[in-house]
Amino acid sequence: MSEATKSLKSRKHRLASSFIQLKVLNDNGHSNGEAYSFEGKLHAAGHYPLKPLKTEILQVNIGKMCNQTCRHCHVDAGPDRKEIMTREVMQQCIDAVKNSDFNTVDLTGGAPEMNPDFRWFVEKLDKAGVNIIVRCNLTIILANPRYYDLPEFYKTHNVVIISSLPHYSARRTDAQRGEGVFAKSIQVLKMLNEVGYGMDGSGLELHLVYNPSGAYLPPSQESLKKDFKRRLKSDFDIEFNDLYAITNMPISRFLDYLIQSGNYDAYTDKLLEAFNPLAIDGLMCRNTVSVGWDGYLYDCDFNQMLDLKIGDKAPLHISEFDEEMMLSRTIITNQHCFGCTAGSGSSCGGEIA
Amino acid sequence: MGKPYYIEEDLFKFGNITEFQPELGKKFFSYYNAVFEEGALTEREKALIALAVSHTVQCPYCIDAYTTASLEKGADEEQMMEAIHVAAAIRGGASLVHGVQMMNKAKEISM
Ligand code: SF4
Ligand code: SF4
Repeated sequence: MSEATKSLKSRKHRLASSFIQLKVLNDNGHSNGEAYSFEGKLHAAGHYPLKPLKTEILQVNIGKMCNQTCRHCHVDAGPDRKEIMTREVMQQCIDAVKNSDFNTVDLTGGAPEMNPDFRWFVEKLDKAGVNIIVRCNLTIILANPRYYDLPEFYKTHNVVIISSLPHYSARRTDAQRGEGVFAKSIQVLKMLNEVGYGMDGSGLELHLVYNPSGAYLPPSQESLKKDFKRRLKSDFDIEFNDLYAITNMPISRFLDYLIQSGNYDAYTDKLLEAFNPLAIDGLMCRNTVSVGWDGYLYDCDFNQMLDLKIGDKAPLHISEFDEEMMLSRTIITNQHCFGCTAGSGSSCGGEIA
Repeated sequence: MGKPYYIEEDLFKFGNITEFQPELGKKFFSYYNAVFEEGALTEREKALIALAVSHTVQCPYCIDAYTTASLEKGADEEQMMEAIHVAAAIRGGASLVHGVQMMNKAKEISM
């Protein structure tokens, strides 16, 4: 179940192509024969064309390199991926942040820490006075002695840490993220608690992300958070701040899993049936701009992986960032967007409706 | 080969029972939905109870539905299997406790 996998790209898998992924996603109606489209749903809800509301968060994907190869990864990240952001592009991100309303920079990957300029980037961002979020996969901190001091480094720069822990049971976590990941994650959560992360009154925020280890939707965030708090405390004496429940998007490796396991039709039907128009206001793409490792701009990290670039005529690059133009753009949507509007909705910050 | 009695897709047609008797069907579903809402018990606890009961009534539709529901409400394999053991223990216990009745009768009619 939890065999180590390689990236789709290194396996030369057909789903490594964003074109094929979009083709698969668009070939399909509801299995009851009804045709549907996300655009159609937006129209019906009076939200077409979809527009941004503000530029609040710049989410920067600083590379696809990762020490893990999780089965559901929408980035198709892994140790075999070499694409990482250069210092030059990082500087362009800093300039864009200084000249605009962004108050938060959200660093993601891959494992963002594997980029050799990661610490330089965090220090510069801290100097620029923005809130910094790092999407840390936890295990990276144990992957090499040069990462052991990361908890202290994060503390120094008051970084908000957001980490995946799909379950408080080892079996469900390892099934998704790889053998042994749960035990290491627990060890790192303890290290983070030790420097103050997740502890009452420390001001150091540690949030966990739950996403289903299979072809089903997440539960309500609140009740799950209570379970996680109770179990992590009683089993491991671990504390954390918030829990975000995130839906798995039917793209990249999770799309491959859905097709391989025969769950694709049922899962996409489920997303469609759970469409909730109330989630549209909180969609991540409405307050976030996403930057790829090479500096190109996207409406969100998912669009980035599907290569749906912002820009009417030519793809737009962070070096030409223009806030006004950004606010007047039309967000590019496609069938994968149903993953953001199912049930209570889903964003990088969990439920949105 | 005839058609099987249980057809997986029929689970999704459950709502159609209102076709032959709308009023009672609607009442049932509104009650049913209310039962599974979070209350003094969490949705996860209710899904696990439903999973255990499904194994007692041995309804394949219910087993399908509440396996999915248990996972969706955040349960894990261990919790789910423990719930089924609860059902099995009660079933087994319910048989065995009647052994007392057997013993009573046997003793009554034996020398
Ligand atoms: S999900 Fe995160 S930790 Fe897992 S392979 Fe992808 S980027 Fe790495
Ligand atoms: S996938 Fe991206 S573009 Fe689509 S709704 Fe979600 S955040 Fe917006």
